Amino acid sequence: MEVFGIWVAAFLTLCIYSFLYRDNPFYRFAEYLFVGVSVGYVFVLTTHQGFIPLAWKPFWAAITGESLIGLIKLIPICIGLLFFTRFSTQHQWLVRYPIAILIGAGSGLAIPNVLRANIFEQTRGTIEPFAAIHAGTLSAGEIFGAILMVIGVVCTLTYFFFSIEHRGPIKWVSKVGIAFLMIGFGSAFGNTVMGRVALLIQRVDFLLNDWGGTIF
Amino acid sequence: MLEKLMDIDRRIIFILVVLAVIIPTLLPINLPISVSAPTRQLHDYINALPAGSTIMLAFDYGPASLAELNPMAKALLKQCFDKDVRVIGITLAPEGTAMGSTLIQEIADETGAIDGEDYVFLGYRPGEELVILGMGSDIASVFETDYNGKPLADIPMMTNVTNYDQISLLIDLASGSSTEIWITYANVRYNLQIAAGVTGVIISQMYPYLQTGQLIGLISGIAGAAEYETLLDAPAKGILWINIESFVHLLIAGLVVIGNIAFFVQRRKEE
Repeated sequence: MEVFGIWVAAFLTLCIYSFLYRDNPFYRFAEYLFVGVSVGYVFVLTTHQGFIPLAWKPFWAAITGESLIGLIKLIPICIGLLFFTRFSTQHQWLVRYPIAILIGAGSGLAIPNVLRANIFEQTRGTIEPFAAIHAGTLSAGEIFGAILMVIGVVCTLTYFFFSIEHRGPIKWVSKVGIAFLMIGFGSAFGNTVMGRVALLIQRVDFLLNDWGGTIF
Repeated sequence: MLEKLMDIDRRIIFILVVLAVIIPTLLPINLPISVSAPTRQLHDYINALPAGSTIMLAFDYGPASLAELNPMAKALLKQCFDKDVRVIGITLAPEGTAMGSTLIQEIADETGAIDGEDYVFLGYRPGEELVILGMGSDIASVFETDYNGKPLADIPMMTNVTNYDQISLLIDLASGSSTEIWITYANVRYNLQIAAGVTGVIISQMYPYLQTGQLIGLISGIAGAAEYETLLDAPAKGILWINIESFVHLLIAGLVVIGNIAFFVQRRKEE
């Protein structure tokens, strides 16, 4: 059975890579199969790992009188069911309620935490090294890095500041910001290439060693 | 000659890349690997944990990213089991369930770790942020059972683990935005220590968190996996693949240089 699985995986891998030559029915077969299997897998898993343990089991326990606390699950279940009113032209206005609850609860949870994680902490991280410079605990390289980081942050933010026309000194500051952005994009692109090549290496390793092992 | 290079069929480049992968795969060459500070920080943090500590390992990735993340997951699990550090496996991605359960089982079989005593795999629950926040209050309120359906109350290693207070570290193996979600909700709200192992595509987004200390360590793609295997002195796929990767990078860099030279020479001729 394991050997059969390896042959199926090898066949589908070769189907996908056949696209490098040109589009063909083998590639499309593997692509559609992947989409179908992925959707089916996620649906079954979400039902078994989400709906059944979190909604159905507690609700059923409440109905059978095993644990009445499960009745409280009726509230989120009913709110969730309101999403399906979208399919009825007469009742589709009811869908506003679950959407409003989702947006309200989501914003309430996210705003304070996101502000702290991505604004306050990042601002602290940018200016904190200067306290260490003042205390004399940083090396020359670290001091250079701290200053470079502040220059990068200020110049990049200036590039995205559109309330003032980018002329004179502002123009040059925003140009430095563009240079920092380009370096950032270059780094991201280089890392992406590394990641994509790793995927190819893994598949070639599979074809040569696992699949090849079943042949030779 | 240069004009021909500018019009080269892209399929020739594909063949060159495949050859650059196949030849070093068949004739392995060991190139030196230097360990970066973020990888060493995570390794040293786990090494310093007392025996019997519990960490959480989140398999937040699918099969499309296993080439980069499986080698680092294996190395981390080996280190934890060898150090007698207990592991709670979970996932915020539905595709991560099969990956996580298979991988933990595989390394447990190699190291002799016991299900329920040295590790437990809780599986997947939908709702990312809500799962993270729920576990901050009570893990059992989100995962009543493990992935195999065994109640948490019957699992020996979970008897003294209620929430993040008993967890020394969360390591997020991620191919998407899950690390930011863990930082935003588990680190900010519950002060949980977080480290990450991520794919090459999202490494750049992680460095700001590393610089502020919101991440205590970072393993970067297949290169990071090779570094981790070097630190453990346990060569595996990470080291093998990064050596092959180096040859492909040389080829790509060479093609970029040749392409640029050909482009500028042709433009000068046209002027």
